[in-house]
Amino acid sequence: MRSYLWYFLRRLGQFVLVVFVGINIVFFVTHATPIDPVEQAINSATQFGQSDPRAVEIMRKALRELYGLDGTLWQQYLTFWKRLATGDFGPSISAFPTPVSTMIGRALPWTVGLLSTSTLIAWCTGNFMGGLAGYYRKSRLLKAAGIVATGLQPIPSYIMSLVVLILFGYLWPILPISGGFEMNVPPGLTFAFMSSVVTHSLLPVLSLALITIGGWFVGMRSLVSNIVAEDYVVYAELAGVDRHRILTSYVMRNALAPQLTGLALSLGGIFNGAIITEVVFGYPGLGTLLVRGVNSGDYSLVLGIASISIIAVAAAVFAIDLVYPLLDPRVKVR
Amino acid sequence: MDAALSVKNLRAYYVTDYYGVRREVRAVDDITLSVEKNEIYGIAGESSCGKSTFIKTVGAAIRPPLRVLGGSIKYSFLERDLYDLDERTLADIRWKQLSFIPQGSMNVLNPVRRIRESFQDFAFPHMRLSRSEFFDVVKQRLERLHLSPSILTAFPHELSGGMRQRVAIALATVCRPEFIIADEPTTALDVVVQKDVLALTLETQREIGSSMIFVTHDLTVHANISKRLGIMYAGRLIEEGPTGDLFRDPMHPYTQHLVASLPQIGDLTPKTALNGAPPNLAQPPSGCRFHPRCPLATDICRQTNPELITVVPGRRVACYAVAASLEARSLTNDK
Amino acid sequence: MLKVLRDLFRHSREFAVGSILVLIVLGIVVASFFSPYPPLDSYVVPPDIPPSWDHLLGTNSRGQDVFWQVAVAMRNSLLFGISVALISRVISLVIGLVSGYVGGMVDRILMSINDTFVVIPLFPILTLFYFMMHDHMSWALLALAMASLGWPYDARLIRSVALSLRNREFTTQSIFSGMSTRQILLEEHLPYVLPIVFSTTLNNINWSIGLEVTLSVIGLTNIETPTIGTMIYWANQHTAMVAGIWWWVLAPVAIVIMTFIGLFLLSVSINEFIDPRTRLARIGV
Repeated sequence: MRSYLWYFLRRLGQFVLVVFVGINIVFFVTHATPIDPVEQAINSATQFGQSDPRAVEIMRKALRELYGLDGTLWQQYLTFWKRLATGDFGPSISAFPTPVSTMIGRALPWTVGLLSTSTLIAWCTGNFMGGLAGYYRKSRLLKAAGIVATGLQPIPSYIMSLVVLILFGYLWPILPISGGFEMNVPPGLTFAFMSSVVTHSLLPVLSLALITIGGWFVGMRSLVSNIVAEDYVVYAELAGVDRHRILTSYVMRNALAPQLTGLALSLGGIFNGAIITEVVFGYPGLGTLLVRGVNSGDYSLVLGIASISIIAVAAAVFAIDLVYPLLDPRVKVR
Repeated sequence: MDAALSVKNLRAYYVTDYYGVRREVRAVDDITLSVEKNEIYGIAGESSCGKSTFIKTVGAAIRPPLRVLGGSIKYSFLERDLYDLDERTLADIRWKQLSFIPQGSMNVLNPVRRIRESFQDFAFPHMRLSRSEFFDVVKQRLERLHLSPSILTAFPHELSGGMRQRVAIALATVCRPEFIIADEPTTALDVVVQKDVLALTLETQREIGSSMIFVTHDLTVHANISKRLGIMYAGRLIEEGPTGDLFRDPMHPYTQHLVASLPQIGDLTPKTALNGAPPNLAQPPSGCRFHPRCPLATDICRQTNPELITVVPGRRVACYAVAASLEARSLTNDK
Repeated sequence: MLKVLRDLFRHSREFAVGSILVLIVLGIVVASFFSPYPPLDSYVVPPDIPPSWDHLLGTNSRGQDVFWQVAVAMRNSLLFGISVALISRVISLVIGLVSGYVGGMVDRILMSINDTFVVIPLFPILTLFYFMMHDHMSWALLALAMASLGWPYDARLIRSVALSLRNREFTTQSIFSGMSTRQILLEEHLPYVLPIVFSTTLNNINWSIGLEVTLSVIGLTNIETPTIGTMIYWANQHTAMVAGIWWWVLAPVAIVIMTFIGLFLLSVSINEFIDPRTRLARIGV
């Protein structure tokens, strides 16, 4: 038990480090650039017609305070962290006076849902099929699946989503291609609402799953073909252990641990893919929100989403790290 | 048939063909030998002489690119040649009648499964016992090997090398097989543990009465465990006989060098190494494979491969020089 | 060297297909230098003409010939991808080699930083970066930003190669003969590391072009420069799909998919060729 405690603390330390470095990068990006978001906002507000200079001055002071940009650099740094800790990103300029945290709170579940569903489907299916392909090398069906997976793997998220959109939106329009649910259905735990949520999520989930499934398949296949040559597998086959048992408990089981690590490492990339997919399909998650924020010059919103993304991904990776020892008992010794 | 195992003219090569290059590595080239019931037959030879390949072939453990090209392998408990059997019969005899003690049990146990689960995977299907009876037998065997039953709940990486080796022995012998193949089981262990493991192996073999092939390059181990010894060089068997006789009176020049290289207490003579290196089995030398390094090589050695002939009852050697000198001796004796 | 390429081409289907695809793309890129229309101009030809003999891939709503646009766009995207890959190569090489060779505390610190960068999601940060830079954004700056965030995966790969090299005999020989760490790294280890660096470079090019396309499509880069991403951006702006001008979208998508798959196949086949274990696996089949 004590060794697990050590492991837990190490992983926690890594989590804290990631959040710390990430948020620092965010702070660096926002403060080391020549653009001053306050001036930018004022410029866009005073674009049309004359403005009373005193009113502008008041606006400037208010914005400074809102954005946490008053005071020295060090004060700004502290304010930044303080606000992050309380989850206060201020109000959104484009949807004034709705607080940014509320907007993120509304969008986050959609993103999390999309991400977890498609990742689960892609990881499990990809690994399972890749494992079979690595073990039964002669099967023509699996070889064909391998070619498909190799073709899918290098394609970046945007292109894949676009292709899915074109296929199912224009060539064969059977599924809705935008929004999270039908506009005229009131949200609630009704069957109508639930089913519309599901139908609207099919294409984004499909798209995101296709993006990653190729990688899992190919990775698992090569992992399994290496494991098959390992001493303990050869020995078990020699001993006449039941083939089915070898495939599951000796081969696949040993491949799962590295694949789980792979999942933790790619989570950042999968998150990127998720928000891009959302933009393509107009899915009401963080992606659409982010683009909206950029296009309307909403500083607090963009900042808030960037910060939350870092924390969310780091937390997910931390959670996976905690599950890892269940798959690989050797971790305690290391 | 009296012999537990009878191998005749066995040939097994690695045949590879990739990126346009075809290669044949003649790892086992025409080997004939037999193992008696209840005896330990040792096989010695340096690295890459083909002994591991021989083991794989005799134990029905070949995988591409390894291929059996000819010869026969007959066990006493099988009616047909080993490679004439169908999958089902083969799976049936595995472990129950033919088992392995593997080399360097670093990695032969599944790292994510506990020891008792390994026993269940390997041995339980072959023994018609209830689960609890089965584990009683297992615990008995472990005790014989000086292992506490508590290791059953451990993972392989939690045990020491010596313990893992003993687990491997237990695993291989719990079904009381008729034939056991041991592939360098003591190579990865330090000398003290080695002695222990060897003693246990001997004890187990005597108790079960199985026949064994014991492969190791270490001649001192053979001195302690093998009843008869076969020396392999470059894929061929070059000498064979009772272990004691081989040590006292080695006949083949290679064996002589091997025995002479063993340090003895009180022996102060400097040791000379054989010049040259073991041959490349993809392009072996013509005739006798040892001739490039042999001080007694003559023309015929370079042209044709010497047969393994019985020079004295129980002793076989493959060397023209030995055959010639024995003929000369017998001629003078006749006089 | 030439013999190696020839062997690869003949015996590895992936390499053959990959090289053909890449050569086609390169051919189109080279052709872009001979474009009869200045690439930045618009309305030089009648708009919205479907593919025909005059205009192989038709024209778009901005009055540009799609084929020549795509050629220039591919050239720009490719150049961008290559520059990002090269810059991040330098970073990952330095970190990977130092970490693998020096080991110990330095290794642990570097790898913790490495793992941190792997986890951080790039897209929101790049978006924030664009937001802050606005009109001051340039391709060079974007390349720099991406390179400084895209090295971790490959640094880890290089580190594992360096680790295995450290323990081999010729390294101890070099130390005993008095070579400095820098000398050893440059003269002894680099030749072993270069093949894997090459294949990761190809993957990195894919990654950077992919990210460029994504950012451009949303309008976060300089949309006046013709690149694959900006082409799609303009197509979306003119609602090309709805208006039925499908060739405007198909051309850049098709050529960029060709590039991705081509480069990927090359990198996979080279990797397989270098790695002795996968080579063995090929014979085993």
